[in-house]
Amino acid sequence: MTANSTSTSSKIAWLFVAILGAIAFGYIALNRGESINAMWVLTASVCVYLIGYRFYSLYIADKVLKVDATRMTPAFRHNDGLDYVPTNKVILFGHHFAAIAGAGPLVGPVLAAQMGYLPSMLWILIGVVIAGAVQDYMVLFVSTRRDGRSLGDLVKTEMGTIPGVIALIACFMIMIIILAVLAMVVVKALTHSPWGTFTVAFTIPLAFFMGIYLRFIRPGRILEASVIGVIGLVFAIIVGGDVAANPSLAPYFDLSGVQLTWALVIYGFIAAVLPVWLLLAPRDYLSTFLKIGAIVGLAIGIIVLMPNMQMPAVTKYAFDGHGPVWAGSLFPFLFITIACGAVSGFHALISSGTTPKMLANETQARMIGYGGMLMESFVAMMALISASIIDPGVYFAMNSPMGALNPTGLADIAAAASATVSNWGFVVTPDVLTQIAADVGEKSIISRAGGAPTLAVGMAQIIHSALGGLGSMSFWYHFAILFEALFILTAVDAGTRAARFMLQDLLGLINPNLKRTNSLFANLLATAIVVASWGYFLYVGVVDPLGGINTLWPLFGITNQMLAAIALMLCTVVLFKMKQQAYAWVSIVPATWLVVCTMSAGWLKAFSSDPAVSFFAKANQLQALLASGNFKPNAVFKSQASVEQVIFNNQLDGFLILGFMVVVVAMIGFTVQACLKALKSEQPTAIEVPYAPLPANAEAIINGTAH
Amino acid sequence: MFENLAKAGKYLGQAARLMVGVPDYDTYVQHMRLTHPEQTPMSYEEFYRNRVEARYGGQNGGRCC
Repeated sequence: MTANSTSTSSKIAWLFVAILGAIAFGYIALNRGESINAMWVLTASVCVYLIGYRFYSLYIADKVLKVDATRMTPAFRHNDGLDYVPTNKVILFGHHFAAIAGAGPLVGPVLAAQMGYLPSMLWILIGVVIAGAVQDYMVLFVSTRRDGRSLGDLVKTEMGTIPGVIALIACFMIMIIILAVLAMVVVKALTHSPWGTFTVAFTIPLAFFMGIYLRFIRPGRILEASVIGVIGLVFAIIVGGDVAANPSLAPYFDLSGVQLTWALVIYGFIAAVLPVWLLLAPRDYLSTFLKIGAIVGLAIGIIVLMPNMQMPAVTKYAFDGHGPVWAGSLFPFLFITIACGAVSGFHALISSGTTPKMLANETQARMIGYGGMLMESFVAMMALISASIIDPGVYFAMNSPMGALNPTGLADIAAAASATVSNWGFVVTPDVLTQIAADVGEKSIISRAGGAPTLAVGMAQIIHSALGGLGSMSFWYHFAILFEALFILTAVDAGTRAARFMLQDLLGLINPNLKRTNSLFANLLATAIVVASWGYFLYVGVVDPLGGINTLWPLFGITNQMLAAIALMLCTVVLFKMKQQAYAWVSIVPATWLVVCTMSAGWLKAFSSDPAVSFFAKANQLQALLASGNFKPNAVFKSQASVEQVIFNNQLDGFLILGFMVVVVAMIGFTVQACLKALKSEQPTAIEVPYAPLPANAEAIINGTAH
Repeated sequence: MFENLAKAGKYLGQAARLMVGVPDYDTYVQHMRLTHPEQTPMSYEEFYRNRVEARYGGQNGGRCC
């Protein structure tokens, strides 16, 4: 085939992709008001990903970043066979994707679905192509040109010491909020669910066994130990059903939200100080493989089953801003809620972590950085589909706070929830609610906020039906809960450790002794501070009678998107310093959008007059209630102390938001300053490792036949 | 055919191990043999422990949400 005919046939192929995508979008647009098949959503998405990857990411590679296929990467420069290893790009893609995929893209779209699937779908697609994938790709590139250094380091060298320290403190605070909100997702999923609690608790002795196996019995045989672990998990899910049905055993695992909170806090502390090989490493193996398996399984399930979307394309909550799952108008709160599936600031930490140290060639950063994030967005899209294929009435009954579903505290919760949700316009009978609970083997599914149970019901329906009814709904529901809880617990454990190191770095600025990571006292102190910090937010979220998720998740979304904005500001500075400012709009446009979104969301969260939206307005409203002396204990607030607690928490959250907003404004100032300085210089001022050519036998080195 | 299958299996194993932070041991041994022939490479057990400590014991604990 000649080069010419290749390009003609490739043009035809891309034209076909474009037309297919346009047809899928057209079908979705024209069939508003009736239920459509999820395949249309999936097809439209995949076409957008393909076109975004083929054209926009190539433009960024060739014109904006000017990647150099002949340039030495850190993997070759520092090749040590351990941290720095030139790696096959497909294998590295797997590593990078496993590192960025977490609970965020699964939970965010489920919560956002209250506005209907269409607004979420559009933002997941537009956001990833214009912002999320661009951020991951550019940070990976910037770090690769600088020996794989970390985000904090990069901000420090390219923008200055003060912005560097500010970025570090912001990362630490964001980490605390992430840990709290993730832990809360687990608490909400396991509250009064003996089956779920048993299976999750069972993973602790299972991980101990795997850890001992991997260290003493068959050292380092990861895949063997993981197979044993997965068999153990299946066993735990099956036995869990019997435990939940056993009247003498079930009470031990039937825990309230507060009990689970204490269990998680104590567990988090112990897990973070135990040797890593005993608990963290083996559970990480289980959760990583289970996560990849569940994502692949869900994708196959959707394609085989081709379910219909039950959720309307757009609900009334997209317009009135008073949705029961979370309050707030479409702009800016939809963007804050979806968060990770479209753009996630945390990926900047991964893209400047282990991946750049293994990149064999700069040109491959496109597939790994940009392509990896497209894949993550695809996961978010599947989560959105899973939440949209279940009955909307069930969705709202599951995700609304109990105070909204059962405001008068009726004894028959299913009847109360069914009446409330039907009154909102999503008709559902009490029988349907109790039947689904029975199907998935739970006592109740009402007000199981946090996203995980909803996703689990959707996933269980998809996988159970796609396998032709193999296994029971309750098995797959608890499989899905276990898979989410497992990787959240791994993230809580690893995150507590990482936050501890960050804190010790920061404390080291005050007292050098606290920086010593081998000092037991410094370790325990830093771990205790970290666990107490996220434990506090978790606790107040769980006891919050108004539902902690709709307080904590926006806080998490705002901070996560702010971190993304900071990462994109760094990329902008680097482009100016490379004298590529003519193309800097590629990072300026998404950074500006994220700043506008997060600042207006932060502003509304602090200063809106609507108590459902604003932290301070809520606190003032409750203070006025107490001051008026009209407060009487009711179904929502059991006592005056609980009102005072909610007032304090809202004020604390409000000040946190204000603090983050100050950080963003300061970072904008530093960015503008650095860009202006770069403009004045005639020469590029980016601080890169100087050019060196790749070794001539690079290909042989990657394949392990030469060095 | 069988050669390709074996190769695919090897890649899959490598990919799975790297996902949890353990790079290819053979590549490491090869690297040590060719560039540092005077040093004895770590045994697989030592190599594995070294990688576990590196993944969770240090600054690289960052995991995504």
